[in-house]
Amino acid sequence: MVRVVSRRLVQLSVTLIALMTLVFFWLRSLPGGPVDALLGERATPQTREALIRALGYDQPIWVQYGRFLQNVVTGNFGNSIRTGEPVTDVISRSFPATVELALAAIIIAVGLGIPLGYLAARHHGRLLDNATIIVTLIGISIPIFFLGYLLKDWLTQDIHFFPPSGRISTGTDNTDVTGFFVLDGLLTREFDASADALWHLVLPAITLATIPLAIIVRITRASVLDVLDEDYIRTADAKGLRNATIRKRHVLRNGLLPVVTTIGLQTGALLAGAVLTEKVYNWGGLGTLITDSISGSRDYPVLQALILLAAVVFIVVNLVVDLSYAFIDPRVRVR
Amino acid sequence: MRAPRTAIAAGVIAAMAIGMAGCAESDRDDGDDQSNATGGTFIFAGAGDPKNFDPIFNDDGESFRPIRQMYETLVTHKPGTADLTGGLAESWSNDPSGKVWTFKLRQGVKFHDGTALDATAVCANFDRWYNMKGEAAQSQMIYYADVFGGFAGSPDAVYDNCKAQDASTAVVTMKKYKGAFPGAFALTAFSIASPAAIKQYDADTVTQNGDSFSYSAFANEHPTGTGAFTYGGWNKATGEITLNRNADYWGEKAKVDKVIIKVIKDENTRKQELRAGTVQAIDFPAPADRKALADEGYEVLERPAFNILYLGINQKNNPKLKDLRVRQAIAYALNRAQLVQTKGPGGAVVADQFLPDTVLGYAPDVQKYDYNVDKAKQLLSEAGATGLTLNFYYPTEVSRPYMPNPQEIFTVLANDLQAAGIKVNGVPRPWNGGFKDDVQQFGKQDLHILGWTGDYNDPGNFVGTFFGRPKVEFGDDPLTEMFTAIGAADATVDQAAKRTAFEQVNRDLAAKWLPAVPIWHAPPAIVTTKEVEGLVPSPLTAEEFDTVSITK
Repeated sequence: MVRVVSRRLVQLSVTLIALMTLVFFWLRSLPGGPVDALLGERATPQTREALIRALGYDQPIWVQYGRFLQNVVTGNFGNSIRTGEPVTDVISRSFPATVELALAAIIIAVGLGIPLGYLAARHHGRLLDNATIIVTLIGISIPIFFLGYLLKDWLTQDIHFFPPSGRISTGTDNTDVTGFFVLDGLLTREFDASADALWHLVLPAITLATIPLAIIVRITRASVLDVLDEDYIRTADAKGLRNATIRKRHVLRNGLLPVVTTIGLQTGALLAGAVLTEKVYNWGGLGTLITDSISGSRDYPVLQALILLAAVVFIVVNLVVDLSYAFIDPRVRVR
Repeated sequence: MRAPRTAIAAGVIAAMAIGMAGCAESDRDDGDDQSNATGGTFIFAGAGDPKNFDPIFNDDGESFRPIRQMYETLVTHKPGTADLTGGLAESWSNDPSGKVWTFKLRQGVKFHDGTALDATAVCANFDRWYNMKGEAAQSQMIYYADVFGGFAGSPDAVYDNCKAQDASTAVVTMKKYKGAFPGAFALTAFSIASPAAIKQYDADTVTQNGDSFSYSAFANEHPTGTGAFTYGGWNKATGEITLNRNADYWGEKAKVDKVIIKVIKDENTRKQELRAGTVQAIDFPAPADRKALADEGYEVLERPAFNILYLGINQKNNPKLKDLRVRQAIAYALNRAQLVQTKGPGGAVVADQFLPDTVLGYAPDVQKYDYNVDKAKQLLSEAGATGLTLNFYYPTEVSRPYMPNPQEIFTVLANDLQAAGIKVNGVPRPWNGGFKDDVQQFGKQDLHILGWTGDYNDPGNFVGTFFGRPKVEFGDDPLTEMFTAIGAADATVDQAAKRTAFEQVNRDLAAKWLPAVPIWHAPPAIVTTKEVEGLVPSPLTAEEFDTVSITK
């Protein structure tokens, strides 16, 4: 276990340095740049020159790269070009928003996906199974944008049941402790704020959960069907084991392995890529930050840190998946 | 075995959801001793984040919106117009040379920190700007550098000194006359801030950090002006800026207790929030939504137009474009009336010159180029430019008040040009990822679309900005006569003579020089619910919220 983790850590550092180098030079090869974004449309040529000097863009690219690496190593990602705040502040504010949303989506996707997939497999070829296949196909194919706007139009505009956007009602006095609004409300006993935040979470979480939910249902179904066909299930049945025991010990345990991998991959994807859902619901998380940082402002410092963060998240999630593999399947531990 | 847990989880979520359905934010209504106070909270949905709240370090509308509620300028605009009127100065005058400006200040005005606004405080602001140290800070003073030419030690600096003649008289002396004044004194960037707070919160310290800058506590947490609202906080996690009613305001105090400016970047989401009743006003509705919202009973407040969209012509790359007849042919080829009808935001009008009719120097009798394909073809043939092929650059990933849908505008204009026999090679480029560089720095284009929203009521701010000096955008050095004429008009101190000079400039721009073709003026709008009263749309998007009340 220790060896697995330490090997992963080495892998992580090498990946990060390679990524940072790539990102640094790639961003600087793009047309346009932070100077334009910082200056707007009214700056004089003198102001432009002053800014280029102030930021050190007049120095050779290697000097800039060296300074950048030095900053990253010391944990200084600079300030956001768009907002002027330290990048770490910007990201640590957006990160909980995305994690809160992704977590809610994953809870919905896993909580509904595994039982549904299992039920579909158990009712193989019957109405429930066929319906599941059709519904999940729609779930996978429907564009998030479309679904988001559809849900919003219906549930926030036609019937004013949910709030159309944001993480909490405007003007709510919520105390920021962890950045997770639902949790903060509970911690500070501001239950109204917590409930309000949860209410705002429902539609975006459903929207974001749709694709992973459909995928989890299908993978679970396929995997359970495979397992049900295995000889050891027949053997267990022949031995006279109770149905519940067979399901728990053999079918689910073995059937869950590919599902866990899928959940891991989906979680990573959700964290890094809730871009569309966040846009539709004005969520203010990492997805929004990515689009804001690319379009218009070329917010290099934020982009660099975000890419780094995405890499870390992916690698950590994969590590967790591998470890949970070992937990579920003892054979992996032996290897 | 998972199913029961799922069911429980779903049940909990559903139960909490139903329990919360009735939750609504609470507005405080403390009651007030002011007779005009109506109380309540005005929630306004803006389209972007502000940068910080130190006026001098900002140049964008989203930062200026909250700043404008908290600070005031010496000179300001009459509500709903671009006409100048007294702000912190009751009156102002200049000597015949246009270099010495005397401001008579209002009595009894206090900054939010309780210190008095007097001539010394005003001069402290002017001196602060002029003496700002460090390239990091100076590079962020976009308007100051533009209007005042530079800082202490710079040969181009326009500012000389400011003297407090007495407590209520500030005399600002310039090294030379500049046509931007007095209009530019009304720029929000030149709002007067409390010198005590500037010092206490270290406002001048702007430090570079990586690829950007860190600002002081003054800019971020303690903005201190004289305005009708005081700073109440900026919740960045929810994108809400809170402003509180200033009970000690010198003038008529704000009607509402509180203003919340909520940042919602997506225009569709802004509209939905308005419909859901969670905000009471939205800025920049999508042009296509204006009519629907008006039909649904919302108030669509159109700002008087103060912008211009033009088709730029770069005379450098293609020698044919140096021929006035070719440029005129391009103008005749464009069916601008139809473009305004089909693609223009509500209230848009065809432009026949490069400034709106509210600006000094607008000439009603310029040469007009009504749609005429035959004339265009004839002019092209006379100029020996038949079969002309032009590279037409247009921006993507951007929406501007004067140009909400660049791609669609390009398509229509390109079709018009092709109908007149000009082949068009469309080149889409991302706004900040190539378009501005290619057009304004490298001049790769033959044609392009671009525009401008004015900053203050001065023709130099429009015509001077575009055509007052050689610009890569139009081919570096196409028309010396044009630069000279605009420079002379801009240097005219007497306002009547300046008006006449700029009227002639506008006539010549249309008939003799035609460095670009004006397309339209497109007024951006604000939409409010019926319960909002007293919001006056401003051509400069400089709305002040102290007149707003909420009726239930």
